[in-house]
Amino acid sequence: MSQAVNSPHFNANARKALDDAFLQKALARSEKGFIERRKAAVEKLPEYDAIRDSARDLKDHILAHLDLYLEAYEKNVIAAGGHVHWAADAEEANEIIHGICKRLDAKTVAKGKSMISEETGLNAYLEERGIRPIETDLGEYIIQLRGETPSHLIAPALHVTKEQIEADFRRAHTDLPPERNLDEPTSLLAEARAMLREKFLAADVGITGANFLIAETGSSVIVTNEGNGDLTQTLAKAHIVISSIEKVVPTREDAATFLRLLARTASGLDLSVYTTFSTGARREGDPDGPLEYHVVLLDNGRSNMLGGKFQEMLRCIRCGACMNHCPVFHAVGGHAYGWVYPGPMGAVLTPSLVGVEKGGQLPNASTFCGRCEEVCPVRIPLPKLMRNWREREFERHLQPAAARYGLDFWAAFAKRPALYRAATSVAMKVLRLIGGKGRIRSLPLASGWTKHRDFPAPQGETFQALWKKRRVAR
Amino acid sequence: MKGREAVFANIKKSLRVSGEDRARREAIAARLERHPRGVVPARGQKADRERLELFRQMVEVAKASIAVLDNKEEVPAAVAAYLRSKNLPQSIRHGDDERLALIPWAKERTLEVTKGASDGAQLASVSYSFGAVAESGTLVMVSGADNPTTLNFLPDHHLVVVDEKDIAGDYETVWDKIRECYGAKGMPRVVNWITGPSRSGDIEQTHLLGAHGPRSLHVLVVRST
Repeated sequence: MSQAVNSPHFNANARKALDDAFLQKALARSEKGFIERRKAAVEKLPEYDAIRDSARDLKDHILAHLDLYLEAYEKNVIAAGGHVHWAADAEEANEIIHGICKRLDAKTVAKGKSMISEETGLNAYLEERGIRPIETDLGEYIIQLRGETPSHLIAPALHVTKEQIEADFRRAHTDLPPERNLDEPTSLLAEARAMLREKFLAADVGITGANFLIAETGSSVIVTNEGNGDLTQTLAKAHIVISSIEKVVPTREDAATFLRLLARTASGLDLSVYTTFSTGARREGDPDGPLEYHVVLLDNGRSNMLGGKFQEMLRCIRCGACMNHCPVFHAVGGHAYGWVYPGPMGAVLTPSLVGVEKGGQLPNASTFCGRCEEVCPVRIPLPKLMRNWREREFERHLQPAAARYGLDFWAAFAKRPALYRAATSVAMKVLRLIGGKGRIRSLPLASGWTKHRDFPAPQGETFQALWKKRRVAR
Repeated sequence: MKGREAVFANIKKSLRVSGEDRARREAIAARLERHPRGVVPARGQKADRERLELFRQMVEVAKASIAVLDNKEEVPAAVAAYLRSKNLPQSIRHGDDERLALIPWAKERTLEVTKGASDGAQLASVSYSFGAVAESGTLVMVSGADNPTTLNFLPDHHLVVVDEKDIAGDYETVWDKIRECYGAKGMPRVVNWITGPSRSGDIEQTHLLGAHGPRSLHVLVVRST
């Protein structure tokens, strides 16, 4: 069992999102903040682009040697007293984690933020087996109360407004006085802090994700601003790390390179508040810390991406900058993408992991403006990769008939320049006749465009004709 | 095939490698052995006093507070003054670190000092940092009985003593110091880089302090003589 894929319904999801007033309010608010904060942080670091280049090259080196770095990592985790478990797919990862929880007779599990556990559908899996997972990242806690999934990599509750959070807290925290004041965001935060503090102290097992795994030392690395991941892993009997295989980096110095990029590009901080390197379980003389340390390494389709057209996607460090700068994400939010990963990175990764049959809609949800590639800290050519998926979707006849015939029709003209020139100049004259000097409100066969916006009536000549004139004049 | 065998078989198949290739093995062994530094920003590369000044600035950018003291004898009064300024009871908890044991806490007669890890009942803790990084105003804490990790996260107020000589320009310098103390591949159970007090941006993307960890972080730098 893994999280259900709702991506084939992208078009319907997007339409619903555009009509959702709460969501539109939340999206409008978040857009500017992310962009401005990142820009300010990047401008303060003159070496930023040089670090990006080295991070890109380093990731390529890691991926080309992934088997060997994973072997080294495994050896060093074991040497530090930890346990390594390998999971080829989501089901296997869930079984392993449930096995550990069951052996420890765990009733509740505290969870730090983990997109990999979203991928495997871990929470539902544990709940069905009588174990209660409690999300401790504030954003994840909010959406868990709402029965939703994250809509953004680093801001899972991006789509929720303050008023909605207040209503959720009143519904869930029934032991607290109903007349309490929750008008201010600070009172919401204080209430969540108090509620979750009890849960941290009571949890039997702590599960966190990993931002990086360090081969040199067998360490796992998490970054948080809240400190929830640290309480999760420090207070429980066992710390289980769930991570995907491409998160491994060679050394501590290499981790520093990625850490200099991650927070800046994600949230505009030089560094997240807490960057935690964990190596094994509680040691002799330690007064605190978990008694067991486990790492569950999930493949779930990633190894298929190596050595192929989509390998570059595995460079991703999950900062969220691509979606923060994406006009499509700004319009429809994260849930419309229908699986775990939204935005441009989701549009490339989803078909890679769940198949182009189910995820093939997503790479079409792009204006190809290129901002995602511009801001990607590891320089993933996201538009190129989306184009690869579009080609594959076309080759495999997965598009609707209208799109295919439309393309064939256009290609028939595009391949014959004389015909193309003649047809466009006629079409232009017709459009000018309809629209005059202004705008066209409705066009037969193009209602998909004119339903939401006017079509500008062409003025003057075609581009090709103008170009020809200029060349002659020179 | 399941588990480990399946994962490795598929990685090797996709990369079209056998895993026995010597050149590949040597490439990764060399990187792990030599751990070359990446691009290190010029920002932190400063002489001693300027580095301290940068650290002070960056700590404040990270929304923590900082005081620079001339010597260790001044620590108890600085701690007591901080607690008074926040209307907190005169009570702290710290670990077994010898450097903390050498601080003359008795000079502050009303200050109650307890030792050990935190169970969540303490309002203020004092830790001694392993190192610090001026580049980002970051404290580097290591786990163990000397400075229990729970003291970094459970109390509402975390006070951290830093020796000026331990403030490095960059993270890489601190990694070298970890290697000196814990061996070439060694790590303490936990290394915590702490940059400011706990916060969350999850309610409408407004940054609010005091999420799950300390609501405030106060840094006490002891000047080197």
